[in-house]
Amino acid sequence: MAIHRHDNHKSANAFMEWVDQRFPATKVWNEHLAEYMAAKNFNFWYFFGSLAILMLVVQIATGIFLTMHYKPDAELAFASVEYIMRDVPYGWLVRYLHSTGASMFFVVVYLHMFRGVIYGSHREPRELVWLIGCVIFVALMAEAFMGYLLPWGNMSYWGAQVILSLFDVIPFVGPALTEWIRGDFVISDATLNRFFAFHVILLPLILVALVFLHLVALHQVGSNNPDGIDIYENLDEDGKPVDGIPFFPYIVIKDLIGVAGFLIVYLGIVFFWPDLGGIFLEKDNFAPANPLQTPPDIVPLWYFTPFYSILRASTTSLLEAMLWINAGIVAWMWIRSKISIKAKIAFSILAAGVAVGLYFGSGKAWGVVLMAAAIVCFFLLPWLDRSPVYSIRYRSMPFKIALVLFLAAFFILGYLGMNAPTPGKTLLAQICTVIYFAFFALMPWFTSIGQTKPEPSRVTYEAH
Amino acid sequence: MADNNVSDVNANGMSVEDQKRRRFLTGITAGFGAVGVGTAVVPFVLSMSPSERAKNAGAPVQYDFSKIQEGQLVKVEWRGKPVVLLKRSGEMMAGLDAIKGSLADPDSAASIQPGYAQNNQRADAARPELLVMEGVCTHLGCSPVEKLAIGPDPQMGADSQGGFFCPCHGSKFDLAGRVYKDVPATTNMPVPPYKFEGSVITIGEDDGRNA
Repeated sequence: MAIHRHDNHKSANAFMEWVDQRFPATKVWNEHLAEYMAAKNFNFWYFFGSLAILMLVVQIATGIFLTMHYKPDAELAFASVEYIMRDVPYGWLVRYLHSTGASMFFVVVYLHMFRGVIYGSHREPRELVWLIGCVIFVALMAEAFMGYLLPWGNMSYWGAQVILSLFDVIPFVGPALTEWIRGDFVISDATLNRFFAFHVILLPLILVALVFLHLVALHQVGSNNPDGIDIYENLDEDGKPVDGIPFFPYIVIKDLIGVAGFLIVYLGIVFFWPDLGGIFLEKDNFAPANPLQTPPDIVPLWYFTPFYSILRASTTSLLEAMLWINAGIVAWMWIRSKISIKAKIAFSILAAGVAVGLYFGSGKAWGVVLMAAAIVCFFLLPWLDRSPVYSIRYRSMPFKIALVLFLAAFFILGYLGMNAPTPGKTLLAQICTVIYFAFFALMPWFTSIGQTKPEPSRVTYEAH
Repeated sequence: MADNNVSDVNANGMSVEDQKRRRFLTGITAGFGAVGVGTAVVPFVLSMSPSERAKNAGAPVQYDFSKIQEGQLVKVEWRGKPVVLLKRSGEMMAGLDAIKGSLADPDSAASIQPGYAQNNQRADAARPELLVMEGVCTHLGCSPVEKLAIGPDPQMGADSQGGFFCPCHGSKFDLAGRVYKDVPATTNMPVPPYKFEGSVITIGEDDGRNA
């Protein structure tokens, strides 16, 4: 039987020859590892992609062992987690690896996203890499949220109660949809059981598939680098980028250094401070779920708190402020902007629609809209960013100032979300919410003004 | 025809009539396939709805309220939700009028309660001092904490006449479950249907009365 091979990858030996005729092993190895060229000036920020994959593997592996002892039943769940902690040999280690792992996964993913923003990795031609990454972020939030219900602690219960109630504000179908998701009129055994199914089967499958797509899209366009320039513009006589090195072994070895450093931090927390003072494991979750008693300070885990703060900040006074901002933008557009009359009219009608929504809508509904919008904003980044250069090294000052303001607002929102609301804190959260959205709304403007530095033609690199 | 390699030729050589027929058959086959898949999804979607067991768990509950002291609050579970029973003192009742100006829906026009509880004290006129209310914040479903003391409170404000404070998102309610202005919640906490038989209150049933 004739076997047709359509590639010219040389098999290492007779055995691989046999395999390669039936499965593209050498081809895939070469194209995605041994001959996949990445810039030689990768730095600290480039650790987090491979670390995110490491955390996905750790979470799946520890998760499998936890399901061997965990009971997804409202009567038994809390006790089964305690059983894992006290009676199962090394159960405490597997569980702490998983609970700390969830937080560390988010640490890694947030840093990975920040890397994308500062080096312009979301810009053309990597828009789809970024978009798939954003979907991964959303899927990861769903995965974390559902996993958090499983220990059936009191914070698990009330956290799920709050987040599921968000769907109530959807017009017409909201309450029926919430009931369908819960499978009951309140959070109950039915909810716990299905969240378990989603957490251990559906979302892990989706996450693995999305990570695969993320890498396929990345390898189609090639990795960015800290200078944000295209390494394929300087090729050697073999057609390979002069500033590129093969992913295997060079980048893999570099990433292993990152893994070693990361494991010191991760395992340090696992062994010595697994609750991180109530940040990684909340104190109220050491008590079983009680439908009659909301914890005194109900807060989600830290990785949700910036978005949670935005939700909480949406009160009547924020809506009033947004009405004024809305009017101000329209007035500025008519006086100063150079866009066409048609666009101005279209924009004014849109703004009028938003104004009607703000005037008649409730703070509750807008809170949900704003929280969702806060995440949607990330998806739009590739098109909001108009700077002629990609990397922060060559960006103009207005971008750097805006980025610092945004980071400050993001961290303050995250901090406020971990604390009980007071009038002063709510006002601060409202100010930060405005800064958060202004960062995205004004990005087309502040990325196109100011003096950028000239990009180099070769990557910045010094041999060590 | 015994010719196996001519699918291209067949397609190109097909009459317009036959091409139309093939398109129609392809379309209708795909269409019926989609209907089949859609139908197969229905039982899976419906399997996630509340089960018969969950529906049956919504029966009314009874409580002997004579054991509640004046100014005391108890919580009873009904349909998995906390129902607050609060026997308000004269001072608490007087406070309801004092803060009316700070409320978002003082007349409960946009809120959920039976007709007999849509009044200033949000309670049946037979026992106006007894507040019967689902202790569930109308913002996102947390259970607000009681702040029964009258007077300044860090969370309720300086002119507090007592009330409920939601720890989740800072919504404030008075001692009739009416929501304050400029907090995330916009409607008052719901009052469930209830009826009295002697000193026993039945929550979840009022025989359809409206007064």
